[in-house]
Amino acid sequence: MEVFDIFLLEAILNGLLLGGLLALLSLGLNLVFGVIDVVWICYAELIMCGMYAVYYLHVQYHWPLIAAMVAAIVVVAVLGVILHQCVIRPVLSAEPINQLLVTGGVLFFLQAAATLVFGIEFRNLGVTLPSIRLGEMSFSAARLVAFCVALAGMLGMYLFLTRTYLGTAIRAISQDRAIMPLMGVSPARIFVVASALGGALAGLGACVLVLQYDVHPAIGLSFGPITFLICVMGGLGSMAGGFIAAFVFAQFISVGGFLFQLEWGYVFAFAFFIAVMFWRPQGILGRR
Amino acid sequence: MIGNYPLHLMILVLLWGYIYTSWALMGRLGLVSFGHGAFMGIGAYTVVMLWNHFGWSPWAGALAALAFAAAVAVVIGYPCFRLKIVGHYFALVTLALSEVARLVIVALRDQTGGSLGATPNSALHGGATAAPGALQFSDKRVWFWIVLAFWLAGLCVWRAVDRSMARLALQAISEEEEAAASIGIPVTRAKLRITLISALMTCAGGVLYAQYQLYVNPDTVSGIGISLQMVFGAIAGGMFVMLGPTVGAAFTLLLAEGLRLAFGNRYPALDSTLYGAMLVLFIIYMPKGILGAALDALRARTAKPAAPRSGNGMPSA
Repeated sequence: MEVFDIFLLEAILNGLLLGGLLALLSLGLNLVFGVIDVVWICYAELIMCGMYAVYYLHVQYHWPLIAAMVAAIVVVAVLGVILHQCVIRPVLSAEPINQLLVTGGVLFFLQAAATLVFGIEFRNLGVTLPSIRLGEMSFSAARLVAFCVALAGMLGMYLFLTRTYLGTAIRAISQDRAIMPLMGVSPARIFVVASALGGALAGLGACVLVLQYDVHPAIGLSFGPITFLICVMGGLGSMAGGFIAAFVFAQFISVGGFLFQLEWGYVFAFAFFIAVMFWRPQGILGRR
Repeated sequence: MIGNYPLHLMILVLLWGYIYTSWALMGRLGLVSFGHGAFMGIGAYTVVMLWNHFGWSPWAGALAALAFAAAVAVVIGYPCFRLKIVGHYFALVTLALSEVARLVIVALRDQTGGSLGATPNSALHGGATAAPGALQFSDKRVWFWIVLAFWLAGLCVWRAVDRSMARLALQAISEEEEAAASIGIPVTRAKLRITLISALMTCAGGVLYAQYQLYVNPDTVSGIGISLQMVFGAIAGGMFVMLGPTVGAAFTLLLAEGLRLAFGNRYPALDSTLYGAMLVLFIIYMPKGILGAALDALRARTAKPAAPRSGNGMPSA
C-alpha cells in the first residue's frame, strides 16, 4: 500500500500545480466580469490566439522565446480591446444574456477562423522542459513554471488593484457602476483598460499553456468550460473565490483522474460544481 | 422522384429545425439553456446502447431515454428554479451539465466506444430495406415522413404553449420574477413544466438522429459544441417566431452546403467562420434573427401606408 500512497501524494501535488494554472486562467475572466459585468465565453479562444502567436513568432520567425511571449501578451491584449470595442460595447445596454451569446458567437468565429488559417494540425514549440524527480515522484518542470508564473501574476494583479490609482478606479467601478461617473471616472475608459488587462492575462495564460500543451483550433474547448465554471463557482468577479475554486477543481481532476480515469476526474469536478451552485448559487465568495 | 441528396438535406433541415424549435420553446422565454446537448446525447446513446448491449428495441429504448431525460431535467431544473438561478448563471450551470454528459460517454469507453463513437447493430438482413421494430430504414423517404411528423408535432406544441396561460406566466416570469411570484404565478412549476417539454422533445430528437445516421459520437450529440449549435441555430433564425428555428436550421445547412459546392473542400472551416461572424452581427444588430427581422420589415412596410388613414393626429388603439 505504500506505493499507492506515494502516487496519491504525487497526484495531489500535481493537482496543486494544475490549480495554479487554472487560477491564472480564471484571473482575467474574473477581472473582466467584475468590471464590465460580461462573461467572455470566448476567453479560452483568446488564449488559443496567444498560443498561436507564440508558436509562429518563435518557430516560424525564430524570435527568442521570451520576446515571442511578450509579443503574444501584447497581441492578446489588443484582441481584448478589439473584442470590447467592436463586439461588447454595442450590446452593453442590451439584455445581459445577449452579451453572453455574442461572445459565444466570437468563440465560434475564432475557432473556425483558426481552423481555416492554421489548419487542424497539433503544433508544439518543440521545447521540452525536464521533469523534476522528488523521491519516487516526478513533476513536469513546465507545470512548476506555470505555477510560479500564476502566483506572480496573481500577486501583481493584487498589487495593481490595491496600490495604484487605476486599480482603485477599477475596484470602485466593480462595486458600483452607477455612482462612479459622478466621481469623475469615465466607465468607458475603465472598461477598455479592463479589457486590455483581461486580454493580457489571457496572453500570459497562453504563454504558460504553450509550454505544456500542443496548440490546435479546438484547444479552447478543453480549457474554456473549466475556466468559467471556476469563475462561477468562486463567485463571478471574486478573484479570491476563483483562486480557491481553481485549487478545488484541480484536486478533483487530478485525484479523481488518478483513482479512476481522467474523464471521471472532470465529471466529478463538474458534478461538484453543479452541487455547489445549488448550495450557494452566488458562488463561494460571490455577491449578487 | 426526388434524389437522395436533396432528400437528405431536407431531412436534416427538418430534424435540426425540430431540435432547435425544442430548444427555443424555453429559450425564448428567458430560459437560455446551454445544456440541451445532454438531452440529445441521452436520447441518442440510451437507445443505441440498450439496442447493442441488451437487444432492447429502440421503441422501448426511446421510452427509457425519455424517462432518463425527464429525471435529469427535474434533478437539474428543480433546484435551479427553486434557488432562482437565472440568466447567465442558469446558462453556465446547464453548460456544466452538457459537459458532464459528454465526458461520461467518453469515460464509459468500454461500453460506448468513447470518442470514436458507436454504430447500432444492423437489423437489415438479407436485402431488407426496413426493420420497423429496430427503427432502421434504408429508404430515406420513410425518414422524411417520420421527421416531418415530428417537426409538425413540435410546431403544434409551440402553438399550444403560445395559446396557453403558461406562456403569459412564463413571459411575466422572464421579465420580473419577483413580481410574477407576487401575483400568484407558481414560478418553479411553470418553469419546470416548459423545461420538461423542451428536454423531452430534444431527447426524442437525439433518438431520431441516432437512428437516421446510424452512428453516434459524443462530440456530435452532446457537449458544449452541440449545445451552442442549438442555441445559435435558433437565434440566427429567430427564436421568437414559430418558424424561426427552422429557418435557422435551413440557413446554416444551406450556407455550409453552398460553400462546399462552391469551393469544394479547399477551405474546410469557411462556412463556420462566416457563420460565426454572422452570428456576432445578428446578435448585435438583429437580435430577432432572420425571420424575426424579415417579419418586422414586412410589418413596417404594410403599416406605413395605413398610417395616414388611421387617424388625424390621435394615436389609434
